[in-house]
Order: sequence, then C-alpha cells, then structure tokens
Amino acid sequence: MTELLLRVRDLRTYFVTEQGRGTARAVDGVSFDLHAGETLGIVGESGCGKTVTSLSLLRLIPEPPGHILPGSFIELEGRNLLTLAPKALRAIRGNEMAMIFQEPMTSLNPVFTVGDQIAEAAIVHQGLSRRAARARAIEMLKLVGLPDPETRVDHYPHQLSGGMRQRVMIAMALVCGPKVLIADEPTTALDVTIQAQILELLNRLQDELGMAVILITHDLGIVAGTVDRVLVMYAGQVVESAPTPELFARPLHPYTEGLLASVPRLDTPHPRRRLHSIPGQVPAATAWPAGCRFHPRCPYAWDRCTVEEPPLLDAGKGEPASHVVRCWLLAEPARRTRQP
Amino acid sequence: MIALAPLVSVQDLVKHFPAGRALWGLGRPRPAVRAVSHVSFDIAPGQTLGLVGESGCGKTTLGRTILRLIEPDAGRVIVDGADVFALKPPELRALRRRMQVVFQDPYGSLNPRMSVRQTLAEPLVIHRLANGTEREQRIFALLDEVGLDRRLAGSYPHELSGGQRQRVGIARALSVEPKFLVLDEPVSALDVSVQAQVLNLLADLQQRRRLTYLFIAHDLAVVRQIADHVTVMYLGKIVELAPAAELYRGPRHPYTTSLLSAVPVPDPNAQRQRLVLAGDVPSPAHPPSGCAFHPRCPHPKKNERCRTEEPALREIAPGQLAACHFAEEPMQ
Repeated sequence: MTELLLRVRDLRTYFVTEQGRGTARAVDGVSFDLHAGETLGIVGESGCGKTVTSLSLLRLIPEPPGHILPGSFIELEGRNLLTLAPKALRAIRGNEMAMIFQEPMTSLNPVFTVGDQIAEAAIVHQGLSRRAARARAIEMLKLVGLPDPETRVDHYPHQLSGGMRQRVMIAMALVCGPKVLIADEPTTALDVTIQAQILELLNRLQDELGMAVILITHDLGIVAGTVDRVLVMYAGQVVESAPTPELFARPLHPYTEGLLASVPRLDTPHPRRRLHSIPGQVPAATAWPAGCRFHPRCPYAWDRCTVEEPPLLDAGKGEPASHVVRCWLLAEPARRTRQP
Repeated sequence: MIALAPLVSVQDLVKHFPAGRALWGLGRPRPAVRAVSHVSFDIAPGQTLGLVGESGCGKTTLGRTILRLIEPDAGRVIVDGADVFALKPPELRALRRRMQVVFQDPYGSLNPRMSVRQTLAEPLVIHRLANGTEREQRIFALLDEVGLDRRLAGSYPHELSGGQRQRVGIARALSVEPKFLVLDEPVSALDVSVQAQVLNLLADLQQRRRLTYLFIAHDLAVVRQIADHVTVMYLGKIVELAPAAELYRGPRHPYTTSLLSAVPVPDPNAQRQRLVLAGDVPSPAHPPSGCAFHPRCPHPKKNERCRTEEPALREIAPGQLAACHFAEEPMQ
C-alpha cells in the first residue's frame, strides 16, 4: 500500500436538537483510512451521515448544535485535526484538504468574480501577490477546461452555467494543490451529459495531480466507475467496506444488496419486471433502532439482530480487513436463506 | 405503431415565452424562449410514454401545456376525445377529472397547512364526488391503494417522509379517478430504495386502473423501467420517438446515444467507452441554426448541412422516428 494520508477512527458527530427532543447521532463511530492517490467512495441515502462525515473531517460542523465527541480521532499525516489550534487548522483547510460542494449555485459568492474567489486561497495560503494570484486563477480555469479562461476570470457566478460553476468550484478547491479533495455529491445538481464531463474532469485531474479523493454520492453507478474502495453508510455507521470490484461482485450486507437491486439499470438486455425495493424508510437519527440499525427493514433479520448490535466483521477473502460487513449473517451464514 | 385509438393526441404544439424588452420595456424586444416547438405524439390507452431530456429542454412546459395549466400558442391536444384548448372553463373543469398531474417536488406541491385527509378530500369536494362517511371511505381506500397507513390521514406534510409525501401526491391525483396522468419527475427527489417503491406502485396502479401515463424524467434508466414508448427532447423539439425496446437497443439520434452513454452503470467491469458531449445546452432563446444539436454533436459524419438545414422528424424504421440527417447511420 502507498503512504497513509488520512486516518479516521471512531468518529462520532452528534447534534443536540431543538426543544430537547434528544440527540441526533448523525455520525456514530466511523473509521477508515485514505492512502495517497486513492479514491474512496462514501455511499448512502439521505440521512445516513455521509455529508456530516465529510464536514467533520474539515471541522466545519457548526458548534453548537453539533459536536464531535471526545474519543473521535482524525489524523492527517500524523497531525490530529481534532486537537489542532484554529490557526494551524486554517492552514490545512482549503490548502492541504479542500472540498467541493453539491450546490455550485449557492457555494459561490455572487458578489465576487470567479477569478477573485479562486485567487483568494492562493493569496491567503501561499502568499501570492494579487497579480500572480490572478495569473494562477486563469491557469486553474484552463486546467478545469473552462472555455475562454482569460475572459471568464472576470465573470460573476450568475453569468456561468451550472456545469461551468462546478468547474469553478473545482478550480477553487485545487488552487493550492491539496493532498486530499473531498467532493460531496459534486454532480447531483447537474444534467447527465454535464455530469459525465465533470466526472471525467475529476478523473483526469486526479491522474495529473496525484491527490487522494473522497467522493460522496448516493449514486452507485458513479461509484462503480470512479472509486477504488467503497464505504456504504447506513444510519450513521459504516455497514460495509470493500474494494469496488469486490463490493459489486459480492455485496454482503443486506442493505448493500438491496440498494444494488433497487437501481434501474441500462446495462441489462431487458428492464427488470419489477424493481426490488427496501421496505420502510431510513429511521430518524434521534432514535436509531436497537440492535442492528437495519433490522426493521432487513429481509433476513432474526431475534439476535433486534437486540445485539453487530460489529464490523471480516468477510474473510483477500487481505485481512479488506472487506468488512456489519451484519450477523457473517457469523451465521446459514441464515441467508431468502433472496431479497 | 398503435392499433388502438390514442387516448392522448398532441398535434403540432407550440409554446413560446416572450422575454420582454431590454431597457425596462423601451428597447428592442428580446427573442422569445421557444420552450416547445411543433411537438406531436400519441399515447394509446393504458400505455406510458416516457419524455426525456435535460433541464431546459421544455419537457415540463410540454406536460403543463397538455393539461392547459399553461395556455399554448398553437396546436391541438385531444384527451379522451375532448379538444383541450377549445373547451370553455366549466367543460375544462369537468375534463380535469379525467386528467391529473403528479409533481416532482413532494414538499412544494402539498399545502403545508392541510392534513393528508384534507388534501385528499379537496378534489372530492370540488368535483362533488362524495360526502360524509362516503368521502371518508374513499379517502381510506385511496390511502390503502397507494400503500399509506390509514393512521397517517391526520398527519401534515412536514410529518411525512419524501416517499410518503409522493404517495399522497399520487393519491390526490387518483382521487377523481382520472384516465390520464402527467407524472413530472415523480421519483427524482427520492432516494433510490424509495424510488423503487414508488416506481413499482405506479406500475401496479397503471395495471389495476388501466391508466395512461406521460412520464417526464431526466433519467433514462428510470424511464426504461416504466415506459412503452420514449420520446427525447432537445431545446424544445422532439429529436427521437420510438418504442422503448428499440430506443434502448438502437438509438437513432446522436443525442439519444450520448444521453444513454452518459448514464453511469453500477458495474465496475463495464468497460464502456463513454461518449462525453462537449459544452452546455444552448439557451432556448438562441437555439443554434440548422440542427440545434450540431454544436455538440459527436457524429463522425456531421457536416455543413447540419449547420444550415434543420432535419425533419421522420420515420427511420417502423414506429421509430428521429430528427437527424444521418439517422440511417446511427452511432454505436
């Protein structure tokens, strides 16, 4: 394996809800490693904690109402981000670790030109002069494939299309040459032909710049085509983690299995007669079910699942701990009787 | 392509949105946005036509104009024998019982101050369909039919999940027993597991009630799941219209080919050569000359003719229509 960049252990981010309705355990014990140059996909449906995980990595969680619990651990190249002083943290954010958000419309400042917004990080973090920063911004716009960068650098966000704005967001994130890029649903707001452009761009930039990427998405198709390793999240926890080919060939958690079966696909000779669907809905973060959090929706669940929370169990093939699954079926495989 | 008389027939429909004038109304008029231009198709009873396109292609405007939620500029729409644009208000109101709509955003399309019961009762009251205990019975029957617990009748939209809200939207549309439903991106706001539930529900309802659907979506994989025929729009025009099996097996228009190629497939071994279109969708106020798709078209034979001459929508194979000069030599 290549050099370890980011180590996350037992990350817990909770939110205190209004009117004392309890604590939302949005992220509840997430651990993973990210190596240099690797692409990690975090997949899950709304409310599973994938966005809160990514915001926690940069310590962008508003406190209050949120807080990262003691015992959580986020380490970037040996520095614990959770104990770092604000100044040292600022030197990492946007510099060594950068983020692109889902909504390119709302994440850009409407009253500054895109050039100013890209240049800002270069001036703050790298001490570039205004003139040098502007040249850098044009260079970045060229890198992300924006047509006519010398003119576009003086444009305001409203003068650009959705796809162009997302390219600007990427340029902003990459201007300092980060080691880790976190992309939170970078293509969800875009049309499918523009999505294909942006995904291709991210792939190319990663090859050229050699950064590690954490790609957060709900779309299993995007994951299959872009990432090396997948974390599937459900109810604030990682429920399955495996190298991408292994996960798609051998999904072992009933949730992963159900998700894959619910996707309408274009690569089958005929459409499925009926889509598989997972019954029920994602529970609320203030009241995760006892035992396995997926048991109320699981087609295999038995008594043990309702009382005893499964740990991440090793699925046993290949390298140790390369494929882990939070499910008691790993301990009692004979229970896997029904096909969902 | 269809033996039965169509339930819905759209003929040469046009809708332009005037863009006003520059300089606070004093300058030159801005060009109108040609949201829908000269669109025609039929839908047979009990069938689903999928309408696909990217944002701004005019698919939502088309759906709303067919229902006369927006007044058209030209063209004719026949729904269940009635000429929609020729009707006077009372007749139109009567026709609305036979055609209904389900919107994309289950948050924005339900009144936050009305309980599920009130939402479902309103159409029954307006169309004088049921009173008292009969009304209550019909509401419960609707909840059962869309798979919602009867105990949710007293709930308000904010207490429901996205999937439950969309089920309420569907129940509301069904309450007046329509024959034709316009489904405008009914599952795009939903998570994938819930999306599958709602798609299955729509398929069941169609079978049980013999409903006719116009299913508007941007996701070709979702449309494949439910549509009998598919039409693809680009900048206000139909570029391809074909039976679903044919369209997915052998698209004739390079835009359809590109759209299909851009959809990510959940299979890491699918070594597909992805066809990535350059550029953005042009503004419908300034569509390119000739074939509106020509600036982005990846077809290897693209030539001067594409830039100057607009290709007509013509039948390439039985039932399969495409608007491309090179439809006989489709891209692979």
